[in-house]
Amino acid sequence: MGEQRGPTFYILAAFFGMFVIFLYGPIITIVILSFQGPQGNLVFPMNGFSLHWFRELFTDQPIGDIHGAFGRSIRLALMVMVLTVLVSVLAGLAYRRRFIGATALFYTAVASLIMPSIVISIGIGAGYELLGWTRTWYGSTLGAHLTWTLPFGLLIMFAVFNRFSPAYEEAARDQGATGWQTIRHVVLPIIAPSLIGVALFGFTLSFDELARSSQVTGDLNTMPKELQALQTNTVTPVIYALGTLTTLISMAVIATCVSTVLIMRARRRRHGSDAGQGV
Amino acid sequence: MTALRQTAVTKAVPLLQALPLAAILIAFFVGPVLLVVAVSFFDYQTWDILIPDFILYNYEILLGSETTYRTYLNTAKLCLLAWFFTLTIGFTIAYFLAFHVRSVPLQIGLFLLCTIPFWTSNIIRTISWIPLLGREGLVNQGLMGVGIVSEPVEWLLYSEFAVILGYVHLYTLFMIVPIFNSMLRIDRAVIEAARDAGASGFQILRHILLPLSKPGMAIGTIFVVALVMGDFFTVDVLGGAKVASVGKTIVNELGYLQYPPAAANAVVLTIVTILLIVALMRIVNIRKEL
Repeated sequence: MGEQRGPTFYILAAFFGMFVIFLYGPIITIVILSFQGPQGNLVFPMNGFSLHWFRELFTDQPIGDIHGAFGRSIRLALMVMVLTVLVSVLAGLAYRRRFIGATALFYTAVASLIMPSIVISIGIGAGYELLGWTRTWYGSTLGAHLTWTLPFGLLIMFAVFNRFSPAYEEAARDQGATGWQTIRHVVLPIIAPSLIGVALFGFTLSFDELARSSQVTGDLNTMPKELQALQTNTVTPVIYALGTLTTLISMAVIATCVSTVLIMRARRRRHGSDAGQGV
Repeated sequence: MTALRQTAVTKAVPLLQALPLAAILIAFFVGPVLLVVAVSFFDYQTWDILIPDFILYNYEILLGSETTYRTYLNTAKLCLLAWFFTLTIGFTIAYFLAFHVRSVPLQIGLFLLCTIPFWTSNIIRTISWIPLLGREGLVNQGLMGVGIVSEPVEWLLYSEFAVILGYVHLYTLFMIVPIFNSMLRIDRAVIEAARDAGASGFQILRHILLPLSKPGMAIGTIFVVALVMGDFFTVDVLGGAKVASVGKTIVNELGYLQYPPAAANAVVLTIVTILLIVALMRIVNIRKEL
């Protein structure tokens, strides 16, 4: 394929460029509009530049509870992240051997991924209602989010272990390592970069989740639900400021994950093999 | 004896490792979904929203109303259009990335560029169309500024157009990722062989890349159909009062605490979603047979 670029390439490249503009254009608009002046409107033109609407965010709002929702969503996303990594790794390890119900569990996870979210939300909501339990962000909402993040985690672990050579473990076992030592010192370090990917899915998918949370959050809202409420009630650019802030957090999380993986890779390349150094 | 115990332990280990996943999925997915089916046969009253019973009332009301069929048809129409556009755009983007970008770091970089929005808020991404498409939005300002139109174009926002645009914006990535993945697995030697045998670029696309990307297209199809059929937010924000969808109807019923009718609607929605996915898979299959 080393020949000259044909016109097809340039047409496709232009199409790709337009797609990227389509993908990022709207969010860039929102970011610009969130710096509207105090008299600014929901649409262009810009009425001066200011941080007014960000300041508004941190002062008390007439409706809703942005601060509380923000804190809850961050804490919830961290909980979902940790649980997604732990449960997915364990399940991934399980699938390297045969066990009863393996196929059924796999299809259940896939079904959980593609089931319309509203159905799951109604089910959990109705269950709590019938049991007389109180719906909370750290209980029912946590569970609802896990039905969305765990299947992603499991699929990533499948991809990881498909490429994982059992020779490393066999070598460790031959050297007398116990099962736990093999996992702790051989398997986990090798799959660590992928685990960061699982963590990224866990955190961001929970942080932005709306559909599965809709019937299960109870009295205290998560951030996406707060945003949904604001969307219908607010007529000022404060919602854009909130959107900018949320997007910034997501971007920071993505950047942290990507750079951690890159640093890990670079370190591995620098240190190379440590064969024989453990003697 | 020891050997026997050893095998018993080895057999128990993967079961124990899979247990947390199984427990969470049973408690928060299998149980709740079965409960939705049960609740769809429940009775309800204003002061008691869930009365365990076995009545067909909710289904009779749902399936006896003409509005239901119109709403389902409209949702299916939105879904098919979203599927068509996400598939064609997703395929084109994946094809460009897999076969026209030659440097691997650039390929990874551009692929990441396409996937990053997936990890940001869908709510914000949906809302962000409003200042662009509204009556006084940027698009209308531009069109009037250039003099293409003298009056603001009304159908840009709060219309089916806006809803489809929103879906394509949110979900094309669910097509790009699996199709790109399928394309990377295609053996380049097959393409070389076809070229040596005199196949044109279009023939290679039509007879090699299209059939071999089918697994990716199938996975993308399942995702897009499931996401669009279950959506209630995008259709509400970008469709306004003018666009009807099943998801929106269900959320409205839940807003009035009418759980059993919402559950019946959710059961029918799930069945329709599955049928739609099966039907679309058939279309893709038939193409291969031609």
